[in-house]
Amino acid sequence: MTAEDKRILEDFTLLKNDKTIYLDSAATSQKPDSVLKAVEEYYKKNNANPLRGLYDLSVRATDDYENARKKVAGFLGAKSAENIIFTRNATESLNLIAYSYAIGTLKPGDEIVISIMEHHSNLLPWQMAARTTGATLKFVECNENGILTAEDLKNALTENTKIVAITQVSNVFGCENNIKEFAALAHEAGAVFVCDGAQSVPHIPVNVTDLDVDFLAFSGHKMYAPMGIGALYAKYELLEKMQPFMYGGEMIEYVTRESATYAEIPHKFEAGTVNVGGAVGLSAAIDYINKIGFDTIEKRENELSTLGINLLKEIPHVHILGDTNPLNHHGIITFTVDDVHPHDIAAILDSDNVAIRAGHHCAQPLLKYMGVMSTARASFALYNKEDDVRAFAESVSKLRSRMGY
Amino acid sequence: MASTFYNEVLTDHNINPGHKHPLPDANFSLEGVNPSCGDDIVLNLKIEDDIIVDGSYEGAGCAISQASADMMLDLIIGKNIDEALKLRDTFMRMIKESVTEEELETLEEASILQDVSHMPARVKCAVLGWRTLGEIIKK
Ligand SMILES: Cc1ncc(COP(=O)(O)O)c(C=O)c1O
Repeated sequence: MTAEDKRILEDFTLLKNDKTIYLDSAATSQKPDSVLKAVEEYYKKNNANPLRGLYDLSVRATDDYENARKKVAGFLGAKSAENIIFTRNATESLNLIAYSYAIGTLKPGDEIVISIMEHHSNLLPWQMAARTTGATLKFVECNENGILTAEDLKNALTENTKIVAITQVSNVFGCENNIKEFAALAHEAGAVFVCDGAQSVPHIPVNVTDLDVDFLAFSGHKMYAPMGIGALYAKYELLEKMQPFMYGGEMIEYVTRESATYAEIPHKFEAGTVNVGGAVGLSAAIDYINKIGFDTIEKRENELSTLGINLLKEIPHVHILGDTNPLNHHGIITFTVDDVHPHDIAAILDSDNVAIRAGHHCAQPLLKYMGVMSTARASFALYNKEDDVRAFAESVSKLRSRMGY
Repeated sequence: MASTFYNEVLTDHNINPGHKHPLPDANFSLEGVNPSCGDDIVLNLKIEDDIIVDGSYEGAGCAISQASADMMLDLIIGKNIDEALKLRDTFMRMIKESVTEEELETLEEASILQDVSHMPARVKCAVLGWRTLGEIIKK
């Protein structure tokens, strides 16, 4: 372990104390102590129901919440904090777009275009929106290495295309899509562009203004923040056109027996008591990422992906999905081993304390398209060490003999 | 934990299954699917006068699902329907709750899957063959 490894590991109590070699950060990251402490401090010092209290403590809770919103806006390069709606996670953010924007605007004959590599969370809301409105859902396919080109997208767009929704980084291949180019193409066709940032925001600098996306969804829990907090970035002009997502307290201005006027953006989209503790944790996670710096995070994740791919390539019967260039993996290595089912791979690696994901990674149409039933996936984050990757590869190299081959 | 059942009995049933083949004279066939693993088997049975005179399975899946189906067929071929259902019930209870030592013995090699009960994600693999058996018999 290098001195730097040690320093970073000091920030993560769970990893320091647990035997697990944690290689499932694409599912959820571990949380640094600074995030846990920020949440605890909020509940110990400032907790009250925010936004409606008329006393100092509630004002402090409101400030914590709204400061977190400003922090997220700054982190994503949004023009204003009003562009940020807090949600539970990327899934809820994407559903919010589908219910509040898509259902109100789509008509029969309109088209929604998504890619074949979408997570179920960026697929099922669009299936629902298409079913509800009579619009058509169309897929753009990638090549066998997971590469999706602007040409592919361009060919799928027509004058009927109203929404294009594509992930920035694939949770299966780890590859990055050229979102800036894709968003421009969508706009040219007269469609809005929805970016699924669940796997990109934790790993690379994302600037919504530069990318010129109309919506971007992400989850806090994959970027060192607690579970249960995420956000949606949306352009203000679009928010102005959108209906509320859920109805109830906190999102209203004036209510009569029959009707109500809604609170201002963004509160209009945040019904019910909000998750201040989560927002504070997300804010602390952003501070943590900024302290370490994306340069360091990307360098480390690239080193680990490169080492992992090079080691796996040497092992017979192992097949890696995605780009042959390790720098286009963002810490994600999805693979199969001949004759060993991915769930058996995960179970055997677990007996060596190596924790990886196995299954369909919530991307069943993609795996079907790739001709595999399921795969195994190791994913790295800032706190992983070269030793972790070596232990993983060592365990993979013994899989087939342990399965009796 | 996993190493407790990834043993020779399991890997042998997975790699050299005794009952994984088509069964042209089967009079009952049913597909069983476990979407979480992508396990997909077809269980074939030849039942005459309430006796399971022959059986096989086909398909693909993880080692636990395949070995479990193979071990199940070892147990049920030659048994009558009631006996097979009783074994099924014992197996299900072994995975989901608990069984006595004597009950465990009736499951012979299939008893190696007892520890799957600690791994909710794998329970569906282990019970796939048995669940499909139950569905065939109900019909
Ligand atoms: C690309 C992508 N989109 C969306 C999601 C959904 O995230 P969540 O479950 O936090 O809502 C994930 C999580 O696995 C993901 O990888």
